[in-house]
Parts: sequence; C-alpha cells; structure tokens
Amino acid sequence: MAAVTADQKTQSTSGTAKAAGTGAGPAAGTAPEAADAALLAAFDAAVAADDRIEPRDWMPEAYRATLIRQMAQHAHSEIIGMQPEANWITRAPSLRRKAILMAKVQDEAGHGLYLYSAAETLGTSREELLDKLHAGRQRYSSIFNYPTLTWADVGAIGWLVDGAAITNQVPLCRCSYGPYARAMVRICKEESFHQRQGYELLLALSRGTEAQHAMAQDAVDRWWWPSLMMFGPPDDASSHSEQSMAWKIKRHSNDELRQRFVDICVPQAEALGLTLPDPDIRWNEERGQHDFGAIDWTEFQQVLKGNGPCNEQRITQRRRAHEEGAWVRDAAAAYAAKHTTPSTWTAQPAQHVEETA
Amino acid sequence: MSAALALGDDALVLSHRLGEWAGHAPVLEEEVALANIALDLLGQARVLLSLVGDADELAYLREERAFRNLQLVEQPNGDFAHTIARQLYFSVYQHLLYERLAAGDGEFAELAAKAVKEVAYHRDHAEQWVLRLGDGTAESHERMQAGLEALWRFTGEMFQPIEGLDATGTTGTTDTAGTPGTTDTAGATGTSGSGSGVDWAELESVWLSAVTATVERATLTLPTGPRTGAWAAGAGRQGLHTEPFGRMLAEMQHLHRSHPGASW
Repeated sequence: MAAVTADQKTQSTSGTAKAAGTGAGPAAGTAPEAADAALLAAFDAAVAADDRIEPRDWMPEAYRATLIRQMAQHAHSEIIGMQPEANWITRAPSLRRKAILMAKVQDEAGHGLYLYSAAETLGTSREELLDKLHAGRQRYSSIFNYPTLTWADVGAIGWLVDGAAITNQVPLCRCSYGPYARAMVRICKEESFHQRQGYELLLALSRGTEAQHAMAQDAVDRWWWPSLMMFGPPDDASSHSEQSMAWKIKRHSNDELRQRFVDICVPQAEALGLTLPDPDIRWNEERGQHDFGAIDWTEFQQVLKGNGPCNEQRITQRRRAHEEGAWVRDAAAAYAAKHTTPSTWTAQPAQHVEETA
Repeated sequence: MSAALALGDDALVLSHRLGEWAGHAPVLEEEVALANIALDLLGQARVLLSLVGDADELAYLREERAFRNLQLVEQPNGDFAHTIARQLYFSVYQHLLYERLAAGDGEFAELAAKAVKEVAYHRDHAEQWVLRLGDGTAESHERMQAGLEALWRFTGEMFQPIEGLDATGTTGTTDTAGTPGTTDTAGATGTSGSGSGVDWAELESVWLSAVTATVERATLTLPTGPRTGAWAAGAGRQGLHTEPFGRMLAEMQHLHRSHPGASW
C-alpha cells in the first residue's frame, strides 16, 4: 500500500537510498514529520539524480496518484483504441493487411495488459481501474472518439495517431517511475513497427488507383487535427504539466512535443504524396521549425466532455463486452476455487504471444 | 477439388469469425488469445490457398458456392461458450488431422508439421475453457452445454474424406512401405491416394474419444442428436453452405471487390 516505512525503503535495490546519502533512514524513534521530510528529501534527490523510483520505494502520495491516473488513462487508451481499428478487421482488403491489422489489435490488448500490470505496482488493481473507466471516472485518449470510415483510416491511424503516441511516449521510456519506463520500452518498439506499417499502407493507397489516393487523402484530412490534439492542451492551459515535469514523469511540454510531431510529419506527408489539411503550415527559417495553424480547442473540449462522434459508442461497447463477459470470468473464478492446482490459465495465451511476436 | 482448398478455406473462415471477437472478448487475456488463434489460422490459410492459386483472389473473388470449408467453421460466434464449442470440435479435429498429415509424406507433411504446434495450442485453449465453463458456475455449465448441442450436427461433416487425402490401403503411419516416387506424384497432382492418406474412420473414432473425455471431465454431457443434418453431410466441402455464410463473405469481400484490380 501507499505507506512504506523508511526501513522498507532502505531495503530497496534502486539508487534511491544511495542518492539520499547519510541523511536517509531516519531512526525509528524520530518524529513522524522529520521522517517524512527525510523521505521526501531522499525521493527528490533520487528524481534529481535520474534514479528510478521502484514500487517499494517511498513516494509522495500525489506522485502515486498522478502516475495511477496517467498509467490508467494510457492503459484504457490501448483497449478503447482497439475498437476503431477492429472495425476494419473483417473488411481488410487483402489477407496480408488483415494479418497485420489483427496482429496490431492483439498488440494493443497486450499493451493494455502491461500497463495495467505496471499500474498495479502502485497499489491499485485492473478491476478497479476498469470499473472507473466504465463509470466514466477515468479517461482514455480523445483520439479514439473519432470514427474509422474507410480502410485508409487504418493507415492514417498507424501513421498519425501511432506517430503522435510515439512522440509522446518515447520520453516516457526515461520516466522516473521504473515499471512505467520499462513498460514503455517494450511498447514503443511495437508502436514504431505499427507506425511504419500504417505509413506503408497509406503509401500503397497514395500510389494506387485514383480512388485509393483520394481515400488516403480524405483519411489524412480527417485525422490530422485530432492527432495534434493528442498532445493535450497548450502549455499555458495544461494543469498537470508543471508538477509532472518536476517529477520527471513528463520530460517535455505538450507544445514542444506537438511541434516536434509537426516537424516530423511535414516531410513524411510530402514523401507520401499527400497534403496536410492546414494552409498555414510553412517552414520558419528563424525558428528552424514549422509554423502551423490554430487548433480548434473547442472541439477538443467537446470530445473530452463526451460529445465527440464516438464517445457513447466506444464506452458502450466496452461496458457491454465487460458485462457480457461477466459470466465467463465468474466461471473461471469458480473453477479455480474448485480446483486448487495453480491457476496458470491466464498466463498461457500471453506467453504464447511473446513467443510468436 | 483440391485438399489445399478445403483445408485453407477452413482456416480462412474460422480465422475471420474469430477476428469478429476483437474488442468484444470477456477478458483482456482472451482478446489476446482469440486474436492469436485467428492469426495462426490466417497464416495457415495463406500458405494453403497459395498452393492452389493467388490467395487473395481465392479469398476475395470466389462466391459462396465455390468455398470448400466445413459448415462448422462458418457458424456465427454466438456467446463465448458457443465460440468455445466450435473451437473444441474443430481444433481437436484439426490437431488430429495435422498430426497424421505431418507423420505422412504427402504434399502437406511439411506444412502440417509446422502448423501442428499452433493447433496443439488452439486445442489446449479450447479444452481448458470447456473445463472452466462446464465445471464453473451453473450458468456457464448451461451455456457450454447449449453450445455443444447447437454445433453437434455440424461435426459429422469433418470426417467426410477429402479428395487427395484419402487412405489407399496404407495409412500415414506405415510410410516405410510406400515408394516415395509414386506417392509424391500422387500428392502433387492432388488426385486420390497419397502418402498422406488419412484413415477417416480412425480419425473420427479418435476425435470422438478425445471430445468425449474433455466433455465428461467438464461435467458436461456429450450431445446425442444426429451428427449431420439431412443436407449437412459433406455439404460445405461441396460448396453448400449455411445462410449466415453469404453475409460473412459480403462483409469480407466488399472492399476488395469495390476496387477491381487495385493492390493494397
């Protein structure tokens, strides 16, 4: 649980204790405030030294709460994010594309699993987090409230949405919380693979027939702005940013990452032979970066509030899958209770995935 | 027609049905497992169909009457127990069949040897779930029993001999007696008789005992109804399918057919 004693902290194998120096490990008799101050100092020093915070280390409650919120939202995004793409599995136009898409959606379920596990190291549970998602008390990425209307959307999601996710997530591989950082290393590898596949899908369409090219352009037109919104509100309106950066959960500001993403996408769009739906994009010699047009933050706020095109549909499907699956989970639990052999049934499929991935 | 088409269509169609589960599974681990099985099957389908011709053309441009899959694999998913019943019946069959093909020296020996590892996992997954649902709660028991009953009448078709995989006096296990030259030719041309000859009656009896064992261990009852309907005996293999199949193909083929000649 949340309260971890100084003794437990010094047992930790991370660099935290070391970084705390001689000031760490207050004697058992010390006044609680002094002990807390020493723990906080050790924590701050560990963060400052770029050491990893590990599950058994002491951490401020607000740090724990922020991480749970962020990791849960990240995990929820992976599983809600399966929906817009799964929408095209049964209609994929070639067997190769169908296999790629199925593998991708499967990877997303796997990412959800890693992230829920990582969040569980903070003293919560997957069940609890899913309940909060279903009750609308925790969020998922606003991007998944947009519909996939054509096959090209699958490519646009790969290129733009996964591209934006990677830009956001690569710095998280250096996040101060160890389990999150390690999950992100694995996830980012697979995400960049998906992104290349999405790009390649769009390229095939762009160089295909006239109808295919038009389909690709239309998809990029619809996904470009929502992708830019994935970086979150502008820096001057981002409530969590400052503290998260101080804790080294975040490494760069929303606007910084958004700018980086635009700079990456402009030449890629050119190579694809597609245009970005923003007449204001142009190279700014002075800044050495691209200028780009204003984001419609009203739309962003509406989507966050639940008024996007697919909010209702996405959460309803998720709830329904969960509710309709309740009897299956109950059966598994009842069976496990009857048969005392170690329950390895959940581990089996996941293991198999790793072998074939 | 060719055995590759029959086996390939089985894998293709079941893979598609399992793909429909994505985003709807009862637990995250099953999202992974069902997609994984679907991918294995799709991989098998791609190899098998490419032995016959262009795999995409075969998948996307044939009409219902030209598909050679079992009616069992085209059955809609239903609830999780229904899907698991379908998986049990088919994966035990596929496992036993591929074991026999892998042991022989016909044209599918190599392919079956590779696929049999995947299929063993599919079978284990299905059997484990039959146990959990059968011997879980009263509700899951009832649903699992209903799933087994509903699909039982499609199981007889699995043991209709597939042309090209017939036993011709020898079985796959007595490969030393065969003369490699002749069996290879027979296998490659896809005519009757090859080193991969399957004894269908033997396959059926082994399948029946394996399924019975699992069903009984799961505290369930083996269905007693007929294993084939009046039309169902061997029908899928002859291109006679059930009504939901046409709708499934319409969804699967629509985009590909809307852009003739396009590449993706």
